[in-house]
Formats: sequence, structure tokens, C-alpha cells
Amino acid sequence: MTDTAISAAPRRVSDNAALVAKRYRSERRFKLYGIAAIAVTAVFLVLLFADILVKGLPAFFEHRMMLPVSVSQEAIDPQNSKDPKIIRTGDFDGPIRESFRAMFPDVTSRGDRKKLLGLLSSGAADDFRAMVVNNPSLIGTDAKVPVLLSDDADQYLKGRQTGVAKIAGQGTITASADGEKFKLVTDKTPVLTAGDIVRLNGGAFRVVSADNGAYLAEQVTAPKSLDPANAGAWDIVRFTVTEHNRRIDDQEALWLEQLKEKGVAENGIAWRFFSSGDSREPELAGIRGALTGSILTLLVTLFLCLPIGVAAAIYLEEFAPKNRLTQLIEVNINNLAAVPSIVFGLLGLAMFLNFFGLPRSAPLVGGLVLALLVLPTIIIASRAALRAVPPSIKEAALGVGASHQQAIFHHVLPLAMPGIMTGTIIGMAHALGETAPLLMIGMVAFIVDIPGGFTDAATALPIQIYLWSDLPEIAFQSKTAGAIIVLLVFLFVMNAAAILLRKRFERRW
Amino acid sequence: MKRFLLAASLLALTAGMAEARDQIRIVGSSTVYPFTTAVAEQFGKTSGMKTPVVESTGTGGGMKLFCAGIGADHPDFTNASRQIKKSEFEDCAKNGVTDIVEIKVGFDGLTVANSKAGPDLTFTKTQLFLALAKEVPDKDGKLIANPYKTWKDVDASLPDEKIEVLGPPPTSGTRDSFVELVMDKGAEGIDSLKALKKSDAKAFEKVWKSIREDGAYIDAGENDNLIVQKLEANPQAVGIFGYSFLEENQNKIKGAAIDGKSPSYETIASGEYKVSRPLFVYAKKQHVGTIPGMVEFVKEYVSDKALGEDGYLASKGLVPLPGDDFKKTKAAAEAMETLKGDQLM
Repeated sequence: MTDTAISAAPRRVSDNAALVAKRYRSERRFKLYGIAAIAVTAVFLVLLFADILVKGLPAFFEHRMMLPVSVSQEAIDPQNSKDPKIIRTGDFDGPIRESFRAMFPDVTSRGDRKKLLGLLSSGAADDFRAMVVNNPSLIGTDAKVPVLLSDDADQYLKGRQTGVAKIAGQGTITASADGEKFKLVTDKTPVLTAGDIVRLNGGAFRVVSADNGAYLAEQVTAPKSLDPANAGAWDIVRFTVTEHNRRIDDQEALWLEQLKEKGVAENGIAWRFFSSGDSREPELAGIRGALTGSILTLLVTLFLCLPIGVAAAIYLEEFAPKNRLTQLIEVNINNLAAVPSIVFGLLGLAMFLNFFGLPRSAPLVGGLVLALLVLPTIIIASRAALRAVPPSIKEAALGVGASHQQAIFHHVLPLAMPGIMTGTIIGMAHALGETAPLLMIGMVAFIVDIPGGFTDAATALPIQIYLWSDLPEIAFQSKTAGAIIVLLVFLFVMNAAAILLRKRFERRW
Repeated sequence: MKRFLLAASLLALTAGMAEARDQIRIVGSSTVYPFTTAVAEQFGKTSGMKTPVVESTGTGGGMKLFCAGIGADHPDFTNASRQIKKSEFEDCAKNGVTDIVEIKVGFDGLTVANSKAGPDLTFTKTQLFLALAKEVPDKDGKLIANPYKTWKDVDASLPDEKIEVLGPPPTSGTRDSFVELVMDKGAEGIDSLKALKKSDAKAFEKVWKSIREDGAYIDAGENDNLIVQKLEANPQAVGIFGYSFLEENQNKIKGAAIDGKSPSYETIASGEYKVSRPLFVYAKKQHVGTIPGMVEFVKEYVSDKALGEDGYLASKGLVPLPGDDFKKTKAAAEAMETLKGDQLM
């Protein structure tokens, strides 16, 4: 018996040690799992944000040219009325086109001139018009005017169509006509490959074939002469993407290169992205309409949700008798919080549009629908906040003779307010990102005018993102990402406000 | 609280009473949306009137809203990627919408495309049908579940690669058009199915309308940009989408020739490339006079500067009508000729 006791004791000790080691191992493993989970989440988040930033940042920049334009009395205000309404209808496109054409005096054929003007945005004259309308004293003077380039030209200059390498010409090159094509002869080791552009004497040739130093080229733009060009007087432009694979052809690309070399085209911050409404031209489209729509909608939501939600929460938490009916209500509020948002859209369509006859696409209706959507969230959050206030505070108030209502409004509610505010702001952030319910009430729409009131047609930020993502123009893809950045910033600001409010007013017991 | 609710309901009432509307409202197809919005923007810029509001609701949804009645609560125009159906027209008439002006604005080509890194593809409609139908006839003409795994299985001339087609979901108008323009015609190219069409038209319809569900055809959602991105990432895959997306992304993808014709602006306009559908805009003539700008908007839409061969809609990817058709459409639209029910199917 003692034998076993003696032999068993050490075994148990060693058993214990093994067990303890196993428990530590298990704990370490668990910690590792946790770290791995966080790392995976972080990697995804970083990838997502990096992707959006890389795609979206170009949306905040645009290429424009500062062109000297003569603001002629005849074209803009022939009667010298100085009336902004008349000035607005003046011909602003003409002077800008003239000034732009003057930069390329060699472009003379009708087709080429049309192509050249195609590099300008269809809203190129908008800035000029605004400038003159705001300052009619410019009429009759010469002014430097910002002129916007088209989305394709802008994409090219941002390097999103093709890479470009420019190689200075070595030695002398001579071009000579060879039937419809041209022969290029250099006296140095040849470096040309098919597809290269050779610029000399103000013209450009595209190399078609390069066999053993015999270069056959076709003309892109006519040169001034076919004289030999010395080193430094000619160069090679090499695109990484071949001509038929991009939207800007060689000729247009060369014009844009010329603009770049002259320092005329500059990349500036696209303030219009924040100051204008939607447009079908990517370079003119802005976020202001959607942002205003979102703000108006959220205002309606907030003004409905906060009082109704808090009142409901206080009543249910503090005054309502605990019976079958209130239990039923409670369960249904929780259920309502889980109803898919599109259902609220259908409800909004049936109730607010068809029954009350409110206007379609209005922020008022959007706000009403979203209010229904976030009301359960706010009630639940507010009740939790009220419950978190220690009962001793209420009891003390009741003990010194306050009425039930006084105890709650003077003591419990102020202490619960940070929690209620946090819940409300998170509910609002949720509402900000909703698209589905707004679909049914006509807010998924192309709206150019910036909404000025609660019944004007409006759209919202997430809807703008959805609409832009579906358009064929490439430039809209960066606009989409740009709008996502704006939405995210809006959300961060709201969440930061929630955290600040909590930190500032939170009481600990 | 009471006062607040009262105020809210008052607000609701006053808004409801604000019947008059000075802004044109347009609903309908998401395929026509990019073009109508461009016209709306130009109209807003040049006419001095408010820019019309263009909603993207889909063709069917747009028709429903459009036909719901006349008055400021109902839209003035609807976009459609197919002609109005007889049933819809009758529905309209029942609700008092009797004077409808049909404007055929142009064509939208449907393209079958793949990545530039992939092989050059040429299909016949029958090959596409065999690759994509749920059931195909075997050697004896008996219908069996689609056995083809690679394009080579379908036809020896096609590449030896897995069939992987990204296309629009069943809710999409693009899918409807693709099925009608390619699958129907493709099925007719097979003798046993041609016989089936004669004997049992319903069964034949079921054959060409059913797209396989075994993973070779992938619903890629309504967003065509997404399909383009997926094609770029996967050179084996083939995608189905509207021509304007091919035009915008020609550096990444290329269109397959169908029945010997590659999709291009010229071949679609001339009608040589057969997989294209007409696009329509319908106007409610009864709103002329009540809603300002109705006639002017129609005029802007059919103007040379918009719908002409070099118009701004062409640069947005709309394939315009051939010269004579355009003249006819323009004249009819400007005169606001109304549609008669007996012209419809």
C-alpha cells in the first residue's frame, strides 16, 4: 500500500507539470490565433483602403491649361448691357477654342482641328463664363483663363492610358518620301523599333517596320521640311501601349506631350469635385449634390428619430407596466431592427409616396424612410444607456422627494445621454450608408441641380457611388473611388464625434 | 412631442398639395440611362430650364411608373431597352395614358468579349447556343444536359479552353436581349431543334431560354464594369455586355466576331453585326403644356448635335440610327406623333 502511495505521489507531480505545460501551451496557441485573426483583418483592411486611395486620389486632381483669352465685347455682351443674365448667354466657347487652336498653328485641316478641339472638355468654357459673370469688368481686356481638358486627355496626362518614354535623337536623321511612306536614315547605330514615333522638323513619323536598320515610317503630322535633323533637333517618343489599344491616338498623344513640354497643362486640385453636382462628363462631375442630399436626408432622420426614439425608450424602460403587451412591443422592436432595409423602402413607397402623395426623390421622404430604419436601433441603444445608470441615483432622487418624472429627467437622462448620443450617431452612420430603401422612392437618379430644400429632387452619397460605378467611362472609376473616400471621411467624422461625446460626458461609478 | 408630430404631418400635407412641377421627370432602363442623362444635362445647360431628373429603374419598372397615370405625380418620359409591350400599352390606356410618343434613339450592340491576353474568338450563334444552353440535342436529336466542358468540345475550330462565361443575371434586360438575339437564333440553326419548333413551340422556347446552371455560365451582376475587370484578371473567361463598355475598355478586352462580323461602331450601325437591339424613349404627350420643356427636351434628344452621326451621344457609345431612319424618327418626334396599339406585339 505504501508502495503505491510513494510511487504514485511523484507520478502525480510529474503529471501536474505536464498538465500545466499543456495549459500554457494551449493558452499560447489561443493568443496566437487571436493575433493571426487580427493580422488577417488588418491586412484586408489595409489592402482595401490602399486600393481605394490609389484609385480615388486621381479624382481629386484635374488637368487644365491657363490660356490667354481676349474677352471680346462682341462675343459676350454686344449691347454692353452689363447684365449677368445676358452675359451668361454669350459665346464663351468661341474665344477659348480660338486661343487653344492658336497654340497649334500647324493644325489646319478640318478633321484635325475637330480632333484637336476634342481634347477640350465640353465644359471647358464653364470657368471662363463664371469668371466673367462674376467680374464683368474683364470684358474688353485680355485674361488668363483656366481651360479644362477632356476626361481622356486628363487620363492620358495622368499616365493612366500608356507609359511614355522620350529618347533624345543621336546623330543625324533624314526622312525621305518613299511612295506613301517615308524612309528614315540615321548615321548612328539605329535604336528605333516598330511603333516608335520620331519627331523632327515640327512633324512626326510612326515607324512601321525596322529591318536591319532600314526604317519605313508613316506620317502622323506633316513636317515643315524634309531637311536632315541633327542630334538634339529630333527625338523618339515610345509608348508602352500601342495606338489601337488606347483611347488617345498617337496624334492626340503628341499634342498632349507638346502641351506638357510647353508647361501649359498643369495638374491642379479639382475643387469642382466638391463644388458641382452630377454630370455625364467625368471631368465635370462633382459630389456636392449627393453630399447635400445626404445631409438633408440625415437632418430629417435625426429630427424624427432622436425625440421619438428617446421618448419611446424612456417610456418602455421607466414607465411602462411590465405586461404581455409591452413584452410584445419589446420583442417586435428587436425584430424590426433586423428587417432588411429594402422592406422599409417598399413601406416608404406605399405610405409616403402613394398614400400621403409626397414628391418622389425628395430628401424629406428619404429621411422619413431612414428614420423608420434606424428608430429600433436608437430605441435599443437608448434603453441600454438608461439601464446602465445605477438605480441608486434614481432612488436617491425619489428619496429626497422628487417625482418619478423629475428623477428621470433631472438625473437619469443626463447621465444616460452620452450612451444615447453614441447610439444615435452610430444609427445615423448606418443610415448614411443605405441605398436599398432609397431605391424604391426614386432617389437613384441623375440629378444635376444641387438640392436647395427638403422637397427638391436629390440623391445621396452611396447612391452616387453606385451610379458612377455603372457608367462606361474609365474616368468615372476614379470618381467612384473618390466618392467612396468622401463617404468614408464622413463616416469617420461621425464615429469620431460619437467617441468624443462619450469620452467627454461619460461618468464612471 | 404632439406639436412635433403635428408639424410633421402638416409638412407632409403641404408637400402633397404642391402639385405643380417645373422639372421633367424621366424613369426607365439602365441601358438608356447613360444617354438620356447626357441629353438631360445638355438640355439643362442650354435651355435655361431645370435639368430633368433621370431615374434608373429598369425598363419594366419604368413602364409601370410611366403607365400609372397622368399628372405631376407621374413621370413624363420612360427609357426602354425594348419596345413597349401591347400589355403595357393597354395598361397605360386603362390609366388614362393614351397619347404616347415613341422615339427610337439608336442601337446598343451586345458583345461577347475576352481579355486581350486571351485568344481571338469567332463564334457562330449556334456555337454559343451549344456552349450555354442548359439542354442540347445529342447526335440523335434527343435533348440531354449540356455535356460540353471546353470550347473545343463544342466545335473543333474553337480553342481548347474551359467554357467560362460571365454574363448578366436573369433580372437584366441585357440577358433577355442576349437570349433572344443569340440563343433563339442559335437554336434554330440546329435541325432537330428546328423540327421541335414546328412540332412544339413551347418546348422549343424552353430550350433556348434556359441557360446552363452548372457553373459554365456565371451571373456576374448588373455592373458591366465588374465583368470587364474580371475578364482582365482571367484571360480564359468570356464576358457578355453592352458595346459601350467594349469601346471604353479597348485596351483591356476585345470583342469576339459573331457569324463572321466583329462588333464595331460601323458594323452595328449598318446592321451587319446582328447582335444589337434598338433603344427607345417614350414621351407622355398629355403632359405637353403642363410640364414645361417637354417639346424642347424631345427636340434636344433628336437634334443632330445629340443623335446625329457625330453627335455627343455617339461619343458616349450609342450607335445611331442610319441616315434615313434618323430623319424619319426626327420628323415624327418633333411632330409628337402618337403610338397606336395595333403596331405593337
